[in-house]
Amino acid sequence: MGWVFLVFFVLPVLLVGVVSVWPQNEYTLQPGFTLENYATILRGCPFDAESGDLCVTFKTYLSTLKFGVLVWAITLVLGFTIAYFVAFHVPGLAAQTVIFTLMTIPFWTSNVIRMISWMPLLGRNGWVNDTLQSLGVTRAPLDWLLYSDFSVVLAFVHLNTTFMLVPIFNSMMKIDRSLIEAADDCGASAWQTVWQVIVPLCRTGILIGSIFVVTLVMGDFVTVGVMGGQQIASVGKIIQVQTSYLQFPLAAANAVVLLGVVMLFIVALNRLVDLRKEL
Amino acid sequence: MNDEQNSPNATLQRRALLKGTAGLAGILATGMAPAVHAQEAIVLRYLGTAVNQDKAIADKFKADTGITVQYVAVPTDDVIKRAVTAPNSFDLIDAEFFSLKKIVPTGNLKGIDTQRIKNADKITTLFTKGTVNGKAVGDQGTAPKKVIYLEGEKSKVFATTPTRFMSLIPTVYNADTLGIRPDLIKRPITSWAELLNPEFKGKTALLNIPSIGIMDAAMVVEALGRYKYPDKGNMTKAEIDLTIKTLIEAKRAGQFRALWKDFNESVNLMASGEVVIQSMWSPAVTAVRTKGIDCVFQPLKEGYRAWAAGFGLPATLSGRKLDGAYEFINWFLDGWAGAYLNRQGYYSAVLDTAKAKMEAYEWAYWMEGKPATQDIKSPKGDLLAKAGSVRDGGSYDQRMGAIACWNALMDENTYMVQKWNEFVAA
Repeated sequence: MGWVFLVFFVLPVLLVGVVSVWPQNEYTLQPGFTLENYATILRGCPFDAESGDLCVTFKTYLSTLKFGVLVWAITLVLGFTIAYFVAFHVPGLAAQTVIFTLMTIPFWTSNVIRMISWMPLLGRNGWVNDTLQSLGVTRAPLDWLLYSDFSVVLAFVHLNTTFMLVPIFNSMMKIDRSLIEAADDCGASAWQTVWQVIVPLCRTGILIGSIFVVTLVMGDFVTVGVMGGQQIASVGKIIQVQTSYLQFPLAAANAVVLLGVVMLFIVALNRLVDLRKEL
Repeated sequence: MNDEQNSPNATLQRRALLKGTAGLAGILATGMAPAVHAQEAIVLRYLGTAVNQDKAIADKFKADTGITVQYVAVPTDDVIKRAVTAPNSFDLIDAEFFSLKKIVPTGNLKGIDTQRIKNADKITTLFTKGTVNGKAVGDQGTAPKKVIYLEGEKSKVFATTPTRFMSLIPTVYNADTLGIRPDLIKRPITSWAELLNPEFKGKTALLNIPSIGIMDAAMVVEALGRYKYPDKGNMTKAEIDLTIKTLIEAKRAGQFRALWKDFNESVNLMASGEVVIQSMWSPAVTAVRTKGIDCVFQPLKEGYRAWAAGFGLPATLSGRKLDGAYEFINWFLDGWAGAYLNRQGYYSAVLDTAKAKMEAYEWAYWMEGKPATQDIKSPKGDLLAKAGSVRDGGSYDQRMGAIACWNALMDENTYMVQKWNEFVAA
């Protein structure tokens, strides 16, 4: 097990770190040591001297962070609510299993297909706009439905809610039902039971789900590209563009920075809940 | 009975048999059985983008020569990446001329001996001299004439005068311009400047492949009269800044509906009406039209941005595979494939041989810009143009003669990509 961890995780990450300090050269990878790549990434940061704007790297990270936080919050509320409904309001294990399986069905197709299927709905001449206009709600098509922050968040939520839902559901199913009865007997309202009994007991599930969602959103470049009409920057997209132009050292440096940011996130989340102790 | 089985004789036989089997396996493993080897069919691994990898071409070549072509399809950028990082993973590469500036310095390509290419002297002058019908065309960017000749078979530098060795044997090329939806625009479009015209705010799109997108942007900047580039294909840092600044201003004003990277994305944007004017590729325009939607590959007064692709050979290729690769290139220039490409709206490298394999009415429509005397069909039989219609951009001479610049790789490529990311993030 340790060997697998070494070969498939530690070694590749170390390699990325090493390449990130190699000099940039478009046709060969030549070993060396330079901090030029990091300097390039942080050029003009935090504020560009000429225009006074935030530098590209910060802007991109902020945009990616914004999506991370928004998607995290929405999937958390959605995932928790759905899991709560299935775990506590659907009677019988059989019915719960069926509903749970139904919810995983969309995952049988590729995520690109699930994304693209939004387009006929949200486009300028799409179904939503046509319906709104024929109902007289809007006069002109709403352009912000597609290729916008809205469509990116929508697709992210659609793609990632399950990753939040499954671990939370798993935690909920492990809760001893007599605890809820006890809370009820002690005169707790339904809201108090959820907030003071169920949420604390679901922390592990919430934490695992949060780690999944945050890392998936932070590293994504396909969803932002397709749903944002390629007009919205993401860190993953920048790395992808750089590798496709053989700028491996620059891409590696960006990857190291991204890795650092995501690690910080996970460390912070772990501060809230001690995952190892809870599991 | 038991005694008999354990007799020394039986053991000996078994040993001999084992030995014999091992020996045969050894010969097979080291590939030393000559009779078997000679009959083995040649398989050529053809690395390129899917656009050019037509099954019909491989099938016809196999039928004509018995050599199998195995397509390895990757995106444009990955062709360069593979050529640079994994030069032994293919036997034949179909690359764009602008990528040579990255590949040739690695020494991963072999100069192609033109003495082994039958139609080498018939390759159109657009490649060898940069002229169409005797008239010089625009050579900004990586014009093929600048990179087509190598100093020798094993050379890492381009020759400035014609030599015996070519870096790539041209296969297919075309000139790109803006695609428009005439039914939604309802007025004539004649200039690249229209891409940034506020009239089409939120209804334009640009190509998100930085090295090509920035050249389209440069065509627009020039058309707007903001700046005249000495070489759009090799900008200075200041010129890159200027171009990107123009793009960022337009983006912030909401000019672009989307940027596209994939051929199909451009088709969908246009067909769905999300976009009415955008940078486009000729087969994408055809694809929109086959859906029954009016779309024009609009010739513009500032000219076209041209591109060209060709076959290259990896430096390590030798023996029968090398012979097979030469045979494929010769076959490709021999007419059948050229006619096939011309019928798709591309242009072939050797025009004479392709003409011989096309019907007179087809040649008149595709190459001479004359009205079609009967319905024009694609190689697959789809209707492309009705009788009486004329090809966008007119004849070969008109279209290729109006080239303004070529797809290119700038010296300041790293800086350009970084600035492009800035545009995307803006």
